[in-house]
Amino acid sequence: MATYQLNVNGAHREVTVDPSTPLLWVLREDLKMTGTKYGCGVSACGACTVHVAGIATRSCLLPVSLVGERPVVTIEAIGQDPVGRVVQDAWVENDVVQCGYCQSGQIMCAVALLKHTPKPTDVNIEKSMGGNICRCGTYFRIREAIKAASQRL
Amino acid sequence: MPLTTTNANDLNLSRRGFLRASSTAAGGLLLTLFLDPPAAAQERSEAPSQPKAYPPAAFVEIRPDGKIVIQVNRLEFGQGVQTALPMILADELDADWSQVVGELAPAGDVYKDQIYGMQMVGGSGSIAHSFQQYRELGAKTRAMLIAAAAERWQVMPEQCRTASSIVHGPNGQSAKYAELATEAARKPVPATARLKNPSEFRLVGKKMRRLDSSPKCNGSLKYGLDLDLSGMVVAVVAHPPVFGAKVKSVDDKAARSVEGVREVFEIPLARGATGVAVVADRFWSAKRGRDLLKIEWDSSSVERADSSQLWTKYKELARAAGNVAVARGDDGAMERIAASNRMVAEYEFPYLAHAPMEPLNTTVRFDGDRAEVWAGSQFQTGDQAAIAEVLGLKPETVTFHTEMAGGGFGRRAAADSHVQREAAEIAKRLRAIPVKLVWTREDDVRGGYYRPMHLHRIEIGVRADGMPSAWRHVIVGQSILAGTPFAASMKDNLDHTTVEGVADTPYAIPNFHVSAHNPKVNVPVLWWRSVGHTHSAFVMETLVDELAARAHMDPFGYRRKLLKPEARKLRAALDLLEAKSAVWRRRLPKNHAVGISCHESFETGVACAVDVSIENNRPRIHRATLAVDCGLAVNPLGVESMFQAGVTFGLSQLMAKGAITLHDGVVEQRNFDSYVPPYMPDAPVAVDVHIVPSTEAPSGCGEPPVPVISPAVVNALTKLTGKRYRSLPLVAI
Repeated sequence: MATYQLNVNGAHREVTVDPSTPLLWVLREDLKMTGTKYGCGVSACGACTVHVAGIATRSCLLPVSLVGERPVVTIEAIGQDPVGRVVQDAWVENDVVQCGYCQSGQIMCAVALLKHTPKPTDVNIEKSMGGNICRCGTYFRIREAIKAASQRL
Repeated sequence: MPLTTTNANDLNLSRRGFLRASSTAAGGLLLTLFLDPPAAAQERSEAPSQPKAYPPAAFVEIRPDGKIVIQVNRLEFGQGVQTALPMILADELDADWSQVVGELAPAGDVYKDQIYGMQMVGGSGSIAHSFQQYRELGAKTRAMLIAAAAERWQVMPEQCRTASSIVHGPNGQSAKYAELATEAARKPVPATARLKNPSEFRLVGKKMRRLDSSPKCNGSLKYGLDLDLSGMVVAVVAHPPVFGAKVKSVDDKAARSVEGVREVFEIPLARGATGVAVVADRFWSAKRGRDLLKIEWDSSSVERADSSQLWTKYKELARAAGNVAVARGDDGAMERIAASNRMVAEYEFPYLAHAPMEPLNTTVRFDGDRAEVWAGSQFQTGDQAAIAEVLGLKPETVTFHTEMAGGGFGRRAAADSHVQREAAEIAKRLRAIPVKLVWTREDDVRGGYYRPMHLHRIEIGVRADGMPSAWRHVIVGQSILAGTPFAASMKDNLDHTTVEGVADTPYAIPNFHVSAHNPKVNVPVLWWRSVGHTHSAFVMETLVDELAARAHMDPFGYRRKLLKPEARKLRAALDLLEAKSAVWRRRLPKNHAVGISCHESFETGVACAVDVSIENNRPRIHRATLAVDCGLAVNPLGVESMFQAGVTFGLSQLMAKGAITLHDGVVEQRNFDSYVPPYMPDAPVAVDVHIVPSTEAPSGCGEPPVPVISPAVVNALTKLTGKRYRSLPLVAI
């Protein structure tokens, strides 16, 4: 066990966990922030996507010991970001979700895309979102919501 | 069946149940429907002086703040029932929709599906089976509110009208539902109440956004896996690598040394197997502990299933007819058709895992004489009973909370409740400590309960006009129903889920013979969204396309000619599809092709057209257009969304790594890196859905999107490559 100082959603958090613990499980079990989801644990589905220093990152394979001082932003706080707010609104207005389990990760990926590329092409969208699985298959509405959000940025 | 617009009193509801109203402690109105009047009502009856609510047994609660909480008698796992069922009730109630909340009801007799007789989600029946029930509940609640207002104002109920959670009287009086709730709760529940004419619907038939979007977009919604109880521990289980194998010996020294691991012990598993549970204060500790277990397994007494050997066996079986599902016309007709007009086709379909995004989980706390359970379950009644059995309790002493689930597609409806039994076995040992059992993704992919492997062998005799005159169809695949309580629905050893979509084909084939072999294999199988239609639609729709091409006929025209006159829904869907896709089908870019298909399942007719090209040796689906006849679409936005997304679920079986295979008893896939579902680039770039206008009773929409897409895509690929594709997944084009 070791103690780590983390910056999560703008707040300083201290956790004492095994160094191998992925950031995902620190968020979910130690910090009780369950909006970030476990889907595969092998970085294949994107349900666990958070922003680490502004970069969309799979938290299921990132050991907490490697996070360091880099700020972590999760779905719980992305609505406080202007782009995040627009994306969440677009998701609701386009009635994107079905089971919804993957959507935290989808939204975190979409926000990262739009921050970097406010006017993405279909190719940009597929490249950025192409690693996230939605088992319900809501991909078409995800595309539409990203385009709708883009128009407001 | 047309919509009933008057007192629909002949429903199961009034035969088997009665309604009871009571005031809540908060002064709200509860309308409770008991389906088992004598025992349950007596048990639950309270002294009139002490009116008490039974929140678990109630469908409607009107709170003093105006909120109307509607209990949803089914699991919400994406299908939108938590929005659609409240819409139905709120419409008849004339409730202010902005104040309506849908809650997932716990396990309880009152929440049983009135047709299935158990609380469950399956057979795309959520709306179809509850439409009338929820309408009546809304209408009766409204009648009681009106009765209370009429009494207050000393007017006749007929003089009152309602709108947006307010009763209006004849002389300008008005009262909010919330103000009337306490008085209304004292009114007798009317035996009947007038239901609206469809023209009076304000919510039903309108595009309504989901009620659960916001919490699913900001991380606040809690799924079963997100549950966090005081003192809770987490368990993972080491399952045997071969189904049914047992622990021979276990060295758990290293596992126990992991910080946070509390207990390691053997537990019985389904199908006579045993496994090793690792209980820890956190998931990560439990998983690390499990990774360090050294287990020797004994699989000496179980069959080691092997996909390649199964194919050989299935092909052999398919040479002869099996249990007969249909024997229509003249069995000798085939032999009288010239060999040049006969064709034989063999199709192969692998095992498929459901792989819902939220891994399977269940939380149980066992307190000795009672237990509490939290699970995203499609089968509350069965899962509750299974847990009770493991714990030596009566089902009614097991409080069963229905948790929101991250997908399921049939996987949360296992007849043997094996996940819940595992959780109960662990809870039994821990006593009073709540334990969350988590299946990792590897457990899920390797854990069985797959869509069965199937082999179809078809012989077709074609007439001079290109239409089939004789059709012999043999299907080989494990029975899903055999050995479960659902086997009662099997007749003559025939599992209808094996042959559905073929035996009941809407195509008019004069000499038609369908039979099935249901071999026993040591691989647990289960319904996978749309069940038999996953493979039967693929076979029928690719063969019909092949016959159309052979006859040099247009695939729309050929299907119409072959469809029975009574296939109304499919004809309506085909006609709408042809019209709605006409423009883009005429302007197809070079190296693109159109594929179409149509299939009816769960009483919903669906037709599909896709625009496909080949990119990187994979089908690229530029567009899918769907036409749907599902009777009255309660929430057209929900229907549209379900079909837009459901087709992508259907594409799972075309994915190059979209198969579960076994070698020497062991599943060869592990996770989403080896069992790969569709990602965004695999899905149609655009999907438009068109609903046939209808006032007929609603039919299913959860499963019918799945069957149509794969045959449509493959029919387009055939046009591009000239090849026939009869073996899934689509490894090479």
